[in-house]
Amino acid sequence: MSAYAPMFLLFAVGLLLVLAFFVGTSLLGPKNKGAEHQLPFECGSESTGGRHIRLSVKFYLTAILFVVFDIEAVFLYPWGVKFRSLGWSGLVSMLGFLSVLVVGLVYCWKKGALEWEK
Amino acid sequence: MTLSSIIWTVVKILIVVGFIVNLSAILTWMERRQSAMMQDRVGPNRAEITVFGYKIRLFGLLYPIADAVKMFTKEDFIPPNADKVLHSLAPMLSLFPPLVVLGVVPFTDTLCLDNLHEVVQKNGVVASNWHFFSSWIEQPSCSLPGAKNFIDGCCVIGCQTAGVVHQPWAEHFGTCPANVAPGMIGAIHMQVIDFNPGVLYVFALAGMGIVGASIAGWSSDNKFSLMGGLRAASQLVSYEVAMGLSIVGAIMVYGTIRLDEMTRWQGDHVWGVFVQPLAFILFLTAAIAETKRAPFDLPEGESEIVAGYLVEYSGMKFGMFYMGEFIEIATSSALLVAIFLGGYNMPFLHRDGITIAVGDAVVWKQHIPHILVILMQAGAFFGKIFVLCWFQMFVRWTLPRFRYDQLMKLGWRMLLPAALANIFLTGVILIAFDRTGTEFQERMGVVGDFVNLATAIAITFVQLWIVIGFFGSTQPAIRRNAFNKRARSAGEIVEKALAS
Repeated sequence: MSAYAPMFLLFAVGLLLVLAFFVGTSLLGPKNKGAEHQLPFECGSESTGGRHIRLSVKFYLTAILFVVFDIEAVFLYPWGVKFRSLGWSGLVSMLGFLSVLVVGLVYCWKKGALEWEK
Repeated sequence: MTLSSIIWTVVKILIVVGFIVNLSAILTWMERRQSAMMQDRVGPNRAEITVFGYKIRLFGLLYPIADAVKMFTKEDFIPPNADKVLHSLAPMLSLFPPLVVLGVVPFTDTLCLDNLHEVVQKNGVVASNWHFFSSWIEQPSCSLPGAKNFIDGCCVIGCQTAGVVHQPWAEHFGTCPANVAPGMIGAIHMQVIDFNPGVLYVFALAGMGIVGASIAGWSSDNKFSLMGGLRAASQLVSYEVAMGLSIVGAIMVYGTIRLDEMTRWQGDHVWGVFVQPLAFILFLTAAIAETKRAPFDLPEGESEIVAGYLVEYSGMKFGMFYMGEFIEIATSSALLVAIFLGGYNMPFLHRDGITIAVGDAVVWKQHIPHILVILMQAGAFFGKIFVLCWFQMFVRWTLPRFRYDQLMKLGWRMLLPAALANIFLTGVILIAFDRTGTEFQERMGVVGDFVNLATAIAITFVQLWIVIGFFGSTQPAIRRNAFNKRARSAGEIVEKALAS
């Protein structure tokens, strides 16, 4: 636990700094209230509709691919640390895992999931 | 925790946080001046304060202070339809992680306080005799000839089986010579958080920055913001993958995820950039993408979506995003330095001083007091960070912005396969290397020494170049004159054309 104590101290200092900025800017600045002033900024044209517009499905696809490949990275770290004591068997067994993911990546690529514009 | 360890932790926190906050302020100045230099103009230099009747300008260094004053006294605007809690939380979430990320990065070697003083009894009172400038720490001597070579760190603990990789050297090398006497303070590890997660801590916090940018976009009740937030989220997660996978190769070589052990490995052998060049380039590219600056500034993309997720922010809340961005430059540079560019190590600078040696032949040896070695290492670490920050500014003002499909293509179709290939290649080479005999590994150790020599020479030249460029250059004047001349001749051409 004592290894983590400096981390919490550092977090406290960081949090204090961030809160100081936040409180400072909330208190020091002037406050204007006006109908025009409160409009969302849209380069001078009038804003229509809410913020809930339909989003491209590509963003969801990217997010899912991220989850797949980032978990892979997390899985690779402990293997990387112990790699040199594992030797060939470690490399071969990890290659089995990696090849499944590479096949997945190639499949995504061929299906056009990595193409932003067709 | 004892009182002295708490005090030391506070001192280290002040060093780390103070360094990056001040560096980010200097970087805002540097960006303005450097962009001015690259665009052949003088840049902002007129902010001045009057002290006792003297007007002080300091080459525009007062601009960061003026910025801070202005941002704090500007209206703090929250759009009426915005999600007020999230809108306020977002800038905090994007400033907080870069502030604390440097906690696991070591900025000098272990400081051995015990080595700096001896406890003496004076008239029955225990007192310390401090000798800062006369004590050094002896390097552990090698019993095995040529064992201090490319891969194994065996020599340090004197084990006789070269080629077999153990980790215990890492525990021994950073520790101080045992000196058990009453009143001893101990060894100070010069990183704030001395724990095992290391790189995982860095990535966990770096991931939080994505949340800040995307909820800033979502909560602002503005379509530009929403698009900017989406772009930010999508871009950051894409490059997070490449970043995370690119250092797996480095982890395989170093055999650890602790940044202090990585740095020590590089001090024993060669800098990581020489054993993992591809990983270095991938990590650098991904790190620049993670800072959301040109050529990767699509989330802000001022010609397309005004300022992206920053549209509805003003005052210091905008300033927090802005500051977070500059701190991210500094932290990503620090990570690159610690993982690939030797951290606080300089070639041939060991714990006992400078030893220029190639193979078994010692060319030159000079003892340096421990405290000076520590200071030189800190200077090396912060200097390297500064050079990398300069490089990122250089890239930012050189390359134009990518298109979004190019960005995704670079992340998923180039960096990701390259990172996977790097893991495979590193694995094969490492296993092949571990299978080779002692003789070959000794030879590689000599190659490593030559690489260190080349690095040392290159560093000397870069330093000379910086010094000459800073103090001895007449270039801007020459360039201005040439520019004026061109402008005059262009004016004459126009005048002639008008006259005819």
